[in-house]
Amino acid sequence: MTTELFAAEVMADPLLDLMGGFIQQLRDAGLPVSLTENLDAMEAVQAIPIEDRLTFKYALGATLVKNHQHWPAFETVFDVYFSLRGPEYSLSNDDDDASGEGEGDDGQENDQAEGSGSEAGGGGGDAMSNEDLAEMLYQALMREDQNLQRAVARTSVQRFAGMEPGRPVGGTYYLYRTLRNLDLDGVLERMLEQDRANNEGRSGLDDRLAKDEYESRIEKLKTEIEAEIRRRLVADRGVEAMAKTLRKPLPEDLDFMHATRDEMETLRKAIAPLTRKLAIRLARKRRHRNKGGLDFRTTIRKSLSYGGVPAEPRFKHPRPSKPEIVILADISGSVAAFARFTLHLVYAMSGQFSKVRAFVFIDGLDEVTRFFDGHDDITASVHRVNTEADVVWVDGHSDYGHAFEVFEKQYMNAITPKTTVMILGDARNNYHAAQAWIIQEMKRNAKQVFWLNPEPGSYWDTGDSIVSEYAQYCDGLFEVRNLRQLETFIEAVL
Amino acid sequence: MSERFTDVESVRDGLKNVDYLADDGLASVVYLADRLDKPILVEGPAGTGKTQLAKSVAEMIGARLIRLQCYEGLDESKALYEWNYKKQLLSIQSKQQSDWESIEEDIFSDEFLLTRPLLEAITADDPVVLLIDEVDRVEVETEALLLEILSDYQVSIPELGTIVAKQIPLVFLTSNNTRELSEALKRRALYMYLDYPELEREREIVLTKVPDISQNLADQVARIVRSVRQLDLRKAPSVSETLDWARTLVLLGVEHVDAETATDTANILLKYRSDIEKATKEFASSEDTFDA
Repeated sequence: MTTELFAAEVMADPLLDLMGGFIQQLRDAGLPVSLTENLDAMEAVQAIPIEDRLTFKYALGATLVKNHQHWPAFETVFDVYFSLRGPEYSLSNDDDDASGEGEGDDGQENDQAEGSGSEAGGGGGDAMSNEDLAEMLYQALMREDQNLQRAVARTSVQRFAGMEPGRPVGGTYYLYRTLRNLDLDGVLERMLEQDRANNEGRSGLDDRLAKDEYESRIEKLKTEIEAEIRRRLVADRGVEAMAKTLRKPLPEDLDFMHATRDEMETLRKAIAPLTRKLAIRLARKRRHRNKGGLDFRTTIRKSLSYGGVPAEPRFKHPRPSKPEIVILADISGSVAAFARFTLHLVYAMSGQFSKVRAFVFIDGLDEVTRFFDGHDDITASVHRVNTEADVVWVDGHSDYGHAFEVFEKQYMNAITPKTTVMILGDARNNYHAAQAWIIQEMKRNAKQVFWLNPEPGSYWDTGDSIVSEYAQYCDGLFEVRNLRQLETFIEAVL
Repeated sequence: MSERFTDVESVRDGLKNVDYLADDGLASVVYLADRLDKPILVEGPAGTGKTQLAKSVAEMIGARLIRLQCYEGLDESKALYEWNYKKQLLSIQSKQQSDWESIEEDIFSDEFLLTRPLLEAITADDPVVLLIDEVDRVEVETEALLLEILSDYQVSIPELGTIVAKQIPLVFLTSNNTRELSEALKRRALYMYLDYPELEREREIVLTKVPDISQNLADQVARIVRSVRQLDLRKAPSVSETLDWARTLVLLGVEHVDAETATDTANILLKYRSDIEKATKEFASSEDTFDA
């Protein structure tokens, strides 16, 4: 009995450690993993055949990740953490590759591992010239040959990425170097031409479909290359260090001001479900907000039938107020991304507001409401705002003071006692006159005035930022640097 | 509790036999749910087969499907149980002689209990699959109703005591993600996201679900749908819309989709005017580039 117990403990221990480490990595990446979920995951991995890597991954995913937007982060952590260790590491022909790598990135040794690993794919030997490699890449993509693609990915990373052990460079750098040498656009072009030649006289639609097909294949190859780079980096630097460098912020935590193009894309995709969610929540909140106040007159009138005892209190009809919104958005330089998202969000929810008017400014100011009206396609509208709005007065450097002056002269009547004013900007005024009295004036006319600043709080009022000067007249000043903060703001105040 | 499935493979094959094509993740999660006795929470865009999954699993294991459709304002008496007041009143009237003690014992008994889907699912003798559909529609407070049954498979009725499940049913919860579900609910369930299928899987689905469709056409349908989904649309076409479209094409006797056919039938695939316009423009412009 005791020996049995002991044996079980020994058996379970490495797995326990492994899982514990993995969950720690997930938590470090910002995923909320509770204790029960942790226990469930432990139970789950015992119920499934552990050598089945895919099932193993989904088992962990189902028990630990309860939000789809966190899935990419989970996948990255999983790939890094389980890339080398444990019996669940089943990509056998990568195994010798990785071990060769671990022994010091000796080029010779690597090539050997390469050759033996990818024989099935037609050989990735060192005798191959760059032209051969390009040809192989083309063939692999054209024939959709998975093995060959993997071999190409491996050879090209090894050849072009120029990875050196211990070099403190991120994976994106290597990815860039590899892709630059592969000229994937050229390959796409060539594939399309070949395809057209094969299918003379087919319709444009088919042509388009073929193009989409090839593009998706190239995308897959890119992921393959990325994974290959990651594998090598892990071998070089160890799991913990890699997990740290590869950690990406979750979509809702991405900073508007510093997002890369890919991250912008992620943000743009995240905004549609967010609007839907917010709209439903706002509508629900309005519906369920307590009934109207006590209707004194009717209550007294009713009480007459009970001999003057107010037995049946009557309430006023609730009047859910839909706020009118006026947005003033700075669209200069780096703040633009933030302004775009906010405009996006507010317009997508315009059903929730009785009226929305939008203005954009740099050093001049222009109304852009017309670009949004009657259009379902917000992206196109935002594009028109960026190209057609007349916002430059002198030199196209932010001048809040002048922009507010223009607003005061032309549009002040847009602000009524029902209006909520939202001003979006970093208040970096290039040392122009502040004209803060205009904000004061707005405040006097409007229901409420909010200032949303995409800069971190610690930067406020440094350099040419004069946000406090304006904020003293606002009902609130909010730091809004990511979707999460934007969501909280909208739900809290509107 | 005996296990329903032997391994992941058997789940996938079983589902395939009832015309539901599951990918690896899905089969693994269903298998796990059975092993861990945990409910599955399925999230994803509308029309990707979340509800169908529950139905198919029920069909596969030959169980009865009990469905609770959620909506705003759903409450205990609709989801769990309700006392049959009218019958209770009649019973009291008919036994005026007897003392209160015995009446009370009598009227709060199984006979006067109306079971609603949740209670029905755990008191059933035959194998059942419980489907709690669109759980995101109920208010956060109402979610709490589900917690006891989801974690312990039991229902507490103050007058009767706790009713424990005779057998643990497979439970599916679906959500269209219109709001964040509560942590408590998520913690108790296995989570799965059902996205639009990959090209190959969608083609297989079309082939399985649309009789008389040619390989060629199915392939083209799947490809066009993939391209359409890549556009920036208000609502991307769902799997069910893909199937509708494929059926239409078959009915129209189309062998090969060209831009014109696609434009003419786009309203089956897409439900917003702006989306249709955008897609039509895409179809047309691809026509132009080829001529040029």
